Amino acid sequence: MKAFAELLNRLVLTPQRNAKIRLLVDYFRTTPDPSRGYALAAIAGTLSLTAVKPALIRDLLLERMDEVLFQYSYDYVGDLAETVSLAWEPPADAARADIPLGEIIERLQRTGRTEVRSLVRDTLDRLDSSGRFAFLKLVTGGLRIGVSARLAKQALADMGGKDVGEIERLWHGLAPPYLPLFLWLSGDGEMPVLKTPAVFHSVMLATPVAERELEGLDPADFAAEWKWDGIRVQLANSGGVRRLYSRSGDDISGAFPEILDAADFTGVIDGELLVGGTARSNRATGSFADLQQRLNRKTVSRRLLAEFPAFIRGYDTLFSGEQDIRPEPFLVRREALSALIDSASPQHFDLSPLVSFSSWEELDRLRSSPPEPVIEGVMLKRLDSPYLAGRVKGPWFKWKREPFNIDAVLMYAQRGHGKRSSYYSDFTFGVWTEGEDGTALVPVGKAYFGFTDAELAILDRFVRDNTVERFGPVRAVRAEPDAGFVVEVAFEGINRSTRHRSGVAMRFPRISRLRPDKLPRDADRLETLQAMIAARA
Amino acid sequence: MKPETLLYPAPKGLYCEKGNFYIDPVQPVERALITHGHSDHARAGHGHVLATRETLDIMRLRYGDGFCGASEIARLGETIVIDGVRLCFHPAGHVLGSAQVSIEANGTRIVVSGDYKRRPDPTCLSFEPVPCDVFITEATFGLPVFHHPDDRAEVLRLLQSLGQFPERAHLVGAYALGKAQRVIALLRRQGYHAPIHIHGALAKLCEYYQREGIDLGEIRHATVEGENRPDLAGAIIVGPPSAFSDRWARRFAEPLAAFASGWMLIRQRAKQRGVELPLVISDHCDWAELTQTIRDIAPGEVWVTHGREEALVRWCQLEGIPARPLHLVGYDDEGE
Repeated sequence: MKAFAELLNRLVLTPQRNAKIRLLVDYFRTTPDPSRGYALAAIAGTLSLTAVKPALIRDLLLERMDEVLFQYSYDYVGDLAETVSLAWEPPADAARADIPLGEIIERLQRTGRTEVRSLVRDTLDRLDSSGRFAFLKLVTGGLRIGVSARLAKQALADMGGKDVGEIERLWHGLAPPYLPLFLWLSGDGEMPVLKTPAVFHSVMLATPVAERELEGLDPADFAAEWKWDGIRVQLANSGGVRRLYSRSGDDISGAFPEILDAADFTGVIDGELLVGGTARSNRATGSFADLQQRLNRKTVSRRLLAEFPAFIRGYDTLFSGEQDIRPEPFLVRREALSALIDSASPQHFDLSPLVSFSSWEELDRLRSSPPEPVIEGVMLKRLDSPYLAGRVKGPWFKWKREPFNIDAVLMYAQRGHGKRSSYYSDFTFGVWTEGEDGTALVPVGKAYFGFTDAELAILDRFVRDNTVERFGPVRAVRAEPDAGFVVEVAFEGINRSTRHRSGVAMRFPRISRLRPDKLPRDADRLETLQAMIAARA
Repeated sequence: MKPETLLYPAPKGLYCEKGNFYIDPVQPVERALITHGHSDHARAGHGHVLATRETLDIMRLRYGDGFCGASEIARLGETIVIDGVRLCFHPAGHVLGSAQVSIEANGTRIVVSGDYKRRPDPTCLSFEPVPCDVFITEATFGLPVFHHPDDRAEVLRLLQSLGQFPERAHLVGAYALGKAQRVIALLRRQGYHAPIHIHGALAKLCEYYQREGIDLGEIRHATVEGENRPDLAGAIIVGPPSAFSDRWARRFAEPLAAFASGWMLIRQRAKQRGVELPLVISDHCDWAELTQTIRDIAPGEVWVTHGREEALVRWCQLEGIPARPLHLVGYDDEGE
């Protein structure tokens, strides 16, 4: 555990990509199996452990520590796992030998829910403070170390002198602790052969179009497609096995039986999951809100199947039959896709059409006023681009519609955590509406990012100087027509909601600008938000 | 005599009315007792200063010959009487020359420990517990989360990084008095004998430590002007932490920022300062040592000066030891 804990400590504080890779490679080279495989899983997010609740680790510490002293400590450190790892005092007779990460993970996997408490206590007693921190972050699922799965794979490639594409191709067919993978990378074994058919293959992702980026690119080299507002999926039918995966590789087959039934072709396709009618039927396509009725369900009722039928709008082909065509250029893969969809069920599959354009200005106009509300922008794909795993900059771009904007009034603030533990950085904001007692603010959302550090300092100062009431950790701030703070909130979408008092729910709201130039009375009204929903429906 | 009549906090610092002197006053006074040379405790401009020889030397190095009207050397363990108040200096283990002061009158003894630590330090004498009625302690790291690791292991982490990133210059932030010399001495004890480069702000104090017989090995100046100035790839450079965010640091090969301080235990502190390699090396007591020291001395009462006094006072209450915070201002409890 010592080596893993030190690796985490270093990764968190190391900004340079190459230095991170070197730390990872050195760790993978010097750490034995299965610990290194579990470390890889922890970093790449493929490790599944019975989650330990933060309340449990707090309780364990309070078995040994005065609650007031704990509170002083937690307030000072600002992170529960770190507080417990630092303040924990093992009994004088505790064994001090280091426990390998692999042993800890395997012990956790064997342990039932009822024995977790004593296992966590015992493990904390045996580790040093860095080890305790790493352990607590692992079991509470809060391992944030600034290393993407992609970076970890790059380190694996460097370790074995392989191409990262090879690692990506194998990735979803392997599982922790990745023994055959490390055997191959250390030069002691053959490249692992994937036995499971219809495994998930990493999807290709686009990078956002940056300001002025298109000026240097030739429109003739690119195809454009609408960016549909559904969820990105991968459908595989291979070796007689059918699977539907989300873009992160979660198996969501159970929630969409009609798609699985209709997938009577062999191959792997990439597309957008939507509900309603396909372009080949004469029913309208549903909105993202409609699609949400079908998400996060293990099974699906007959009524939902009839009311919100799902279909796939095809983007790309990875495997045609059993043949991997990812190295082929985009247009060739699209030909294969088009042929496949032509002969597939018209209610369940259609082809995402290409948008013809001759200049970036023309495409910009099309992007800003798309023909259907369920479009959230355009995608640009180089005609010659192979299908590459992960987010590679250059071949594919996404060019979104401008997000929605409103002016809202700050109502409540709460302290942030981690880097922002000493600042009021979580904000609830509201807009005006007519209530029983006349015009009043109604909260419409919460945001805790979007602002710069300098803007955060201004917001924090405002909160401290204008608190009118406290509810535990929450402060209510002054918010009257002529006194208060207006912020511009940007968000990606808006839906009706029965869970919120305001009746609206925003997607990804963020504070995009501070508007000290405006008075709260100038902020938007709830009707504006309701009109945004109506415009999308 | 009641202890709070013998010594009490006044606007200029802790004041002994009977002897008419202050301890570590934050403003110029007629007569001052100084526990150690850190600039928040040892200020220039007092009429008369009583301190250990090393502390007086350090003040002279920092402020020049006219740092006070008159100075007087206090020898460790020797009693001095001022207007019926018996004074004695004892080693505090904080930095070279650091001392605790015991003050006794009419059968009441108060020990002002200044800043202190209990770990062995190759650059200064170890703390000596002195029995007393009132023990005045700092609480810089007075929270149960502070457990300083073994300083040798921390130095080994620096050497390991040097092996892992030999193309990068390793910049170690360390306060100019005490910490810098301790880090260098620790590196030497771990068998690191290559020249160690220092920022100009450390030069006088490093020379002084070496004159006092503390072996720091070969010290070179990091700041060399001219055409062929070295980029110091793979070398260790010690300097004040403030210099590292400066243009000064950019002259070196891919600088890797380390920082030797007790605060580096808290991850966000390291992150906020842009430190890549935090080294938890402190010249103060951690929580276990603060509480152990109070147990060792078993005073009738504990007064807490600066730092996280509320937690230490709480601990004393739980242990049944009368304790109170003094709320002294002017001491930099973050600077380490």
